[in-house]
Amino acid sequence: MNEILVIKNLAKRYESKEIHKNVSFSLYQGETLGLLGPSGTGKSVLLRSLIGLEEIDQGEIQYRGQRIDNLSEKKLFAIRTKISYAFQSGALFDSISVFENVAYPLLEHTKLREHEIDSKVMEILKIVNMEEAREKMPSDLSGGMQKRVGLARAMALNPDILLYDEPTAGLDPVNVEMVLDVMEKAKARGCSGIFVTHDIHAAKKVCDRFIILKQGHVGFEGSWQDMEMSSDPFVQSFLLGQ
Amino acid sequence: MISSMREHFLVIGDVYLLFQHTVRCIFTRPFYWGRLFEQIVQLGIGSLSITIVIGFVTGLVMTLQFGYGLEKFGGTLYVPAIVSLSLLRELAPIFTSLLIAGRIGSGMSAEIGAMNVTQQVDALRALGTSPVRVLVVPRVLASVISLPLLATLSGFMGILGGFIIAYTEFGMTSGFYFNKVLNTIKFVDVFGSMAKCAFFAVVISILACYRGFQTKDGTRGVGVATTWVVVRTSIIILISDFFLSKLIILLFN
Repeated sequence: MNEILVIKNLAKRYESKEIHKNVSFSLYQGETLGLLGPSGTGKSVLLRSLIGLEEIDQGEIQYRGQRIDNLSEKKLFAIRTKISYAFQSGALFDSISVFENVAYPLLEHTKLREHEIDSKVMEILKIVNMEEAREKMPSDLSGGMQKRVGLARAMALNPDILLYDEPTAGLDPVNVEMVLDVMEKAKARGCSGIFVTHDIHAAKKVCDRFIILKQGHVGFEGSWQDMEMSSDPFVQSFLLGQ
Repeated sequence: MISSMREHFLVIGDVYLLFQHTVRCIFTRPFYWGRLFEQIVQLGIGSLSITIVIGFVTGLVMTLQFGYGLEKFGGTLYVPAIVSLSLLRELAPIFTSLLIAGRIGSGMSAEIGAMNVTQQVDALRALGTSPVRVLVVPRVLASVISLPLLATLSGFMGILGGFIIAYTEFGMTSGFYFNKVLNTIKFVDVFGSMAKCAFFAVVISILACYRGFQTKDGTRGVGVATTWVVVRTSIIILISDFFLSKLIILLFN
């Protein structure tokens, strides 16, 4: 499999607190990688660092062989159309409707005509089962619906990679299934993904490989079977939820 | 003490960088015309009624006070000149700018601050768009366009209010009053006032946007940000007004 995203020796600190030290891993074309770890290990910070929403102090991030961690914000804009980010809260623009939220990246980065944008948005809203809510404002949606619209917006430009920041956190089982279903559909469209979550069962359903962050570095990397068979007490305690 | 000074210098540096970035974005594409018009309506049209009321009432009060004050020395005929000059040169720009700082500056920082704490600003960046281009540029330009026009309108409403008192209290005819006003005010008075307001508009909008982007700690942070903006911009407006007035006098008198 081809490496689509490579992270080498990434280090990040906030003032005196070291968040990451020598974090290295790769994401392969078409796979979904589960990024797990106890609270406060910097999973979301790592995800944000991958598209330059956080500056890294050291290390390298390569997307399709091109180094992107040293790019200017302006050049990163082009990369961010290929690597999308689905925020934990959805982060929908609250002054515009669901339809306009999903249409936003298309209006910004494509030259599609109005009717083409219309049909594209409806196609994506259908994937996330939100076509009925197209005219609604984000404040009229439940948490789960907001997350699904956030996913739809992140998928709008058919990105190569989707970064999922705890998309199932705080959701009821029905909504969790819906979100996981959307992630499967994105994967079926050829989209690779990194799934940050605490929900190990959800991760098991959609992820091909797993990384567990431990005290700022990669404490485990492997498949679900590798994780189950690991004799590392940290991995075992994580699996058992202790 | 030293760390507080350092913090102040860091803020000044950051505000300057935001200003520089904003200027660069104004002269490069893409430009969000729709958002600019939206802001002009919100900022300019939305502040119209309060600006008219403030200007008009200031004119009434000024004429009343100067009229009775100068009457003792037989100087009532100077009232139109004094009122029109003080309104156009100082009171209208200052009052309007302070009003905009309170009404719009706080609104801008609250809006961007709320977007920041709900990750909407990050979402703009993650979707490959510049928050400065989308959020700051339309607000700065709308302020620079609207504030000078509002202040000028406020000044002229004050002159109109002054006429009502001059007519009813001191028996001045409209011909005398407006003739005096037109003979007193010069283009430079209006231009100087508009230039000052354009400067105040940049100060208000840039500081408000800057503080919005810096907002942390949820809704409490939004409240802190709005207070910070109103206090800082008011102080800067009042202090810089003296230096700008001095500069205009040096250049044009």
